[in-house]
Amino acid sequence: MARPTTGARAGHAGAVPYLFLAPAMALFTLFMALPIGYTVYLSLRRTKVSGLGLGKGARKEIFTGLDNYVNALGDGELWAGWLRVLGYGALVLAFMLGLALLFALMLDASRVRLARFTRISIFLPYAVPGVAATLMWGFLYLPTLSPFGGLPFLGADVVTFSMANVAVWGGTGFNMLVLYTNLRAVPRDYYEAARIDGAGELQIALRIKVPMLTPAIILTTVFSVIATVQVFTEPTTLRPLTNTISSTWSPLMKVYRDAFVTGDLYSAAATSVVIAAISLVLSFGFLRVVKSRAFGEG
Amino acid sequence: MAATTLTRPASHVRAGARGPLGLVPTGVLVLGAVYTLFPVSWVLVAATKSKAELFSTPTFAPGTGLLSNLSDLFAYRDGVFWLWLLNTALYAGGGAVLSTAVSCVSGYALATYRFPGRNLIFNLLIGGILVPAVVLAIPQYLLFSKAGLAGTYWSVLLPNVLHPYSIYLARIYAQAAIPGSLLEAGRLDGAGELRLFRRVALPMLTPGLVTIFLFQFVAIWNNFLLPFIMLGDDHRFPLTVGLYTLLAAGANQPSLYNLIITGTMLSLIPLIALFLTMQRYWRTDLSSGSVKS
Repeated sequence: MARPTTGARAGHAGAVPYLFLAPAMALFTLFMALPIGYTVYLSLRRTKVSGLGLGKGARKEIFTGLDNYVNALGDGELWAGWLRVLGYGALVLAFMLGLALLFALMLDASRVRLARFTRISIFLPYAVPGVAATLMWGFLYLPTLSPFGGLPFLGADVVTFSMANVAVWGGTGFNMLVLYTNLRAVPRDYYEAARIDGAGELQIALRIKVPMLTPAIILTTVFSVIATVQVFTEPTTLRPLTNTISSTWSPLMKVYRDAFVTGDLYSAAATSVVIAAISLVLSFGFLRVVKSRAFGEG
Repeated sequence: MAATTLTRPASHVRAGARGPLGLVPTGVLVLGAVYTLFPVSWVLVAATKSKAELFSTPTFAPGTGLLSNLSDLFAYRDGVFWLWLLNTALYAGGGAVLSTAVSCVSGYALATYRFPGRNLIFNLLIGGILVPAVVLAIPQYLLFSKAGLAGTYWSVLLPNVLHPYSIYLARIYAQAAIPGSLLEAGRLDGAGELRLFRRVALPMLTPGLVTIFLFQFVAIWNNFLLPFIMLGDDHRFPLTVGLYTLLAAGANQPSLYNLIITGTMLSLIPLIALFLTMQRYWRTDLSSGSVKS
């Protein structure tokens, strides 16, 4: 029944929706499709130097197949970077999402005071640039300024925790707000029914609220994984304050160094494709695992 | 009478039983607020300390050096800090306005029209959410250099205009906020499509657009990687890159710490002010179609 109407409407509108979408499609082509294609193209090439590398025709760009990828996969420095980011990411995800869930549940509890003040305070770091957050914590980590005495926050064994703390501090509030917004959408009758059955606040939180939040928790996890795999701002900003962070601490820092310091665009391109692939695999893999757990598929 | 005496104690007992429980969530949230406010309050206090006071007085003891810190910061490299602040406002303000406009028309078209290729276009645009910035930043730089635009204001402004998640939000919001029957009625009255969009849809979309604008404004304001890669001339830096270069130059000179701390403190004020004044628009969910206070 609806078909003829929508058909007539589409005919009526004609080219209008395409005109409305033209700016987005133009930007998509220029700033997304083209750069992605160009990265893949570059990742398959390298510079060939003939003779002494002097003169006009001495340096040529040639196709090299998957060589850059083979090199990236055999690069010990890059693997070390992945391991560091894995440890860092596990800390950030566990603490950031754990705290976000805890705070969201506490905000939604039936008898909470100061809810408005604490909600705004915990969300506040969202308005603080990562660079500024790292600077503030970085100075607080310095032995000469730290209020915590001589704890070695920037020592080799601890620096990953210190860096994770900056990301947890900056990201908890936003994730809390996403989860809290989802909790507010749950009909209150569910809780009333559970209360009549004798459930306490804790049971309601664990048995009703957390399961209801599962889709939102999955979504925030996927976005956090994508962000964590590309960590760059925190280690780059903290680096001037300590010698325990190398210029290739995270894979993205290595990409930056390869591209802009060493000048090897081709391996930088290959490494960034690998980073993108890993973050896609991680997020889709996570979605699959969760789906099969939650809905018995797969 | 019997009923009231029966229910009274019962509700009293229940309130009494839940009363102490309220302490747990309140306590947890207060601890969370202490944690988040700790570095912000520190930087506010530390910016008031003179060079000597920074290293000698207790951490949270206010100092006497705020004015000299400010004048030192504004004198740094002929007042380049002001320029960073202005640049940031330009990148974030201009980028967010353009981005919101593009998201608005795209979301509106995807929500209200049926046309061939609609799902394909939507999926292409939304797929962008999952593309990590890293695959884009370097080739964007190379492409901008080829066009002779690397290092210009455009090189930081333009890549931020397309924001897939904002398009997604705009579509959801348009679906919830604009009744299809209203557009249909307008068409029967002979209104053109452009007029319908401007006169009927746009006013209904505005609250959602403010939210999209704010999130995009903050995202660009906080962005570091893109301007860090694109820009070489410190007269075009935004605050994030400027503060980073200040730190890179001054990390080994404790005499410059006051400058960096004061700069960090000032960089927080505009966004925190925006954040506190626009509170009701900070929503992560636009599907209900209206912004409640």
